[in-house]
Amino acid sequence: MHIRTEVIERHTLSVTVANEPGILARIAGMFAGRGYNIESLTVAEVTEDESVSRITIVTSGAPETIDQIIAQLDRLPPVHRVHDLTAEGAHVERELALVKVKGTGEHRIEALRLAEVYRARVVDATISSFVFEVTGGTDKIDKFLELMREVGLVEVARTGVAAISRGHQTF
Amino acid sequence: MAQERTGADILIETLSDLGVEVVFGYPGGAVLPIYDAIFKQERIRHILVRQEGGAAHAAEGYARSTGKPGVVLVTSGPGATNAVTGITDALMDSIPMVVITGQVPTALIGSDAFQECDTVGITRHCTKQNYLVKDPAELEGVIREAFRIATTGRPGPVLIDLPKDVQVAATAENRPRTSIGYQPQTEPDPKLIESAVEMIAAAERPIFYTGGGIINAGPAASEGLRELVKLTGAPVTSTLMGLGALPASSPFWLGMLGMHGTYEANLAMNQADLIICLGARFDDRVTGRLDAFAPHARKIHVDIDRSSINKIVSAELGIVADCDRAIAAMIATWKKHGHQAADLSKWFAQIDQWRAKRSLDFPKSTKEIMPQLAIRRLWEATRHRAPIISTEVGQHQMWAAQHFGFESPNKWLTSGGLGTMGYGLPAAIGAQIGNPDALVIDIAGEASIMMNIQEMSTATQYELPVKVFILNNEYMGMVRQWQDLTYQGRHSHSYSEALPDFVKLAEAYGWKGMRIEDPAALDDGISEMLAYNGPVMVDCRVAKLANCFPMIPSGAAHTEMILQANEVSGEMDDEAKALV
Repeated sequence: MHIRTEVIERHTLSVTVANEPGILARIAGMFAGRGYNIESLTVAEVTEDESVSRITIVTSGAPETIDQIIAQLDRLPPVHRVHDLTAEGAHVERELALVKVKGTGEHRIEALRLAEVYRARVVDATISSFVFEVTGGTDKIDKFLELMREVGLVEVARTGVAAISRGHQTF
Repeated sequence: MAQERTGADILIETLSDLGVEVVFGYPGGAVLPIYDAIFKQERIRHILVRQEGGAAHAAEGYARSTGKPGVVLVTSGPGATNAVTGITDALMDSIPMVVITGQVPTALIGSDAFQECDTVGITRHCTKQNYLVKDPAELEGVIREAFRIATTGRPGPVLIDLPKDVQVAATAENRPRTSIGYQPQTEPDPKLIESAVEMIAAAERPIFYTGGGIINAGPAASEGLRELVKLTGAPVTSTLMGLGALPASSPFWLGMLGMHGTYEANLAMNQADLIICLGARFDDRVTGRLDAFAPHARKIHVDIDRSSINKIVSAELGIVADCDRAIAAMIATWKKHGHQAADLSKWFAQIDQWRAKRSLDFPKSTKEIMPQLAIRRLWEATRHRAPIISTEVGQHQMWAAQHFGFESPNKWLTSGGLGTMGYGLPAAIGAQIGNPDALVIDIAGEASIMMNIQEMSTATQYELPVKVFILNNEYMGMVRQWQDLTYQGRHSHSYSEALPDFVKLAEAYGWKGMRIEDPAALDDGISEMLAYNGPVMVDCRVAKLANCFPMIPSGAAHTEMILQANEVSGEMDDEAKALV
């Protein structure tokens, strides 16, 4: 017998939730329990009184799976709102990466030159290493890392995607 | 300044204030302060079960038969983990339940203390919501929110984990809960109701497919369904969980659908041009093979849980609403437009041809008691008393669903989604507590009944006159049936070895015990059981190898029903074996 596969789409969901203990586990566990993908997940408090957190989830699946994911998130009592930023239109996505590059001589110079092209900042330097801070969309970061691999990349830390809709509207 | 109250007192007072009359529970170290508070009051009745799993199922039976939330109180660690099956059962069948678990003192949480477990972690995915309360000032607010969440929207279990020091600590403060954003949608969108009514009025072969959502929406929803069916003239089938919403004696009733549904119900679903799904969720036991499910039908799906709509089967029209509100709106809209019931005589003529197959007929025997006959005779002997029937899980459960006619809602307690053997006896106990004057019968199998047999003692203690009617075929019958169907009859561990003598067992617990072996003694035996004013266990010896038909094999279409045993083949391919 065969396991079926389907066409998949990548969606960025923005979820506001009551800032309660266990809410992240509830959401992450719901994804695991129902077999949905999490490509990245970020969470932080976003209101002054610390009562609401925003969780940004990048997920992938068939269109009907994405619909189910949104409905499943929406039915969790502590979830305030779920927005499918990918479906709703214009939005900004950013992530931040800290990239450690080790090397000397020509590699070191090339790393600095590429960092400048990608507007990455040097946040730590030694005689034989740099740590770059770079922000941007996932594609830009991926591309930057690909280049850095050629010039001595040894370690990466990424935040995952934070996203927000364009324009004056809020939710 | 308000008076200081301990966490335990806050719990009891808030429960009482919320109208809780009964708590099903079992004491232990981490709930001793609560039990002491229970000892000192008379507003809430505590029912002592014999194992925490029994408490959860009893609360389910209480909730399902009364429409009120069931409340469970258990200790930390094993108390909580024993309750997990019942909590999951309540989640799957949308039963309103609030579970209070004791926890080790806050200072010891995370230290692997005696009888500590991560209760909120373990139950996070089998509850609708759960809480660990670390401050008694938050307790009342949490309890009130827990009851609101458990009983509104799609009902379900909510758990509150209460460390022992929080039960003991006193406070005068009561910090209300800030909104967590929970606002279930209960009122349907009127535009969608207009569309639904137009679709129903225009349909040539409509069918109502109803589920547990109608029962959960309260008796008014069942009343509404009866009126809507009369107005539209459309036939009705139902899931296992929805039995009783429409009387089984109604001419519009086609019987249950799905794996062990009637021929007419499944064929009508297959040939319908419009399916109106009210509070059901297109479970795999209902749809059979999905790509062959209802190929000609447009679907209207009414559900209070948006995630049920388009989860399995895509609906042309999805309406998020409480069934009661949606049905009432459909009735009002239908009348407003002056619709008349369409002429469905051709549709019913076709249905009558399917009915003529008499798919629930079973072989007759004068030597053995046929299990189907036993249920029919039990039904005929008790129907005038509108009994509450609970079941365990397996063949006897399906036979009860097929052969016992339910005329009203809240009379049928069965574990549908999770399929929990051992559910029936504690559920019957809970139902009897909530309905002291009702006739409550657990239709059981000899294997299932063993899973919570200890609860017989609970019935004895509270003098509950529950009847347990065991269809004893000495097999885990449904397992054996599937082994016959898919594994060439290799009966691997499905024989009920070393059964107790159920008559002596009943007597040991202070019950009346009876055995019925001869078909000629069946009616007298049932009468004797019913005449006894107290708990009775009946060991009804039935045909050992009877199978439950009709049946849609796993992964087959509605049109591929097996009607009788001689149509059964010996071995299935891997594709079929991989299906549940």
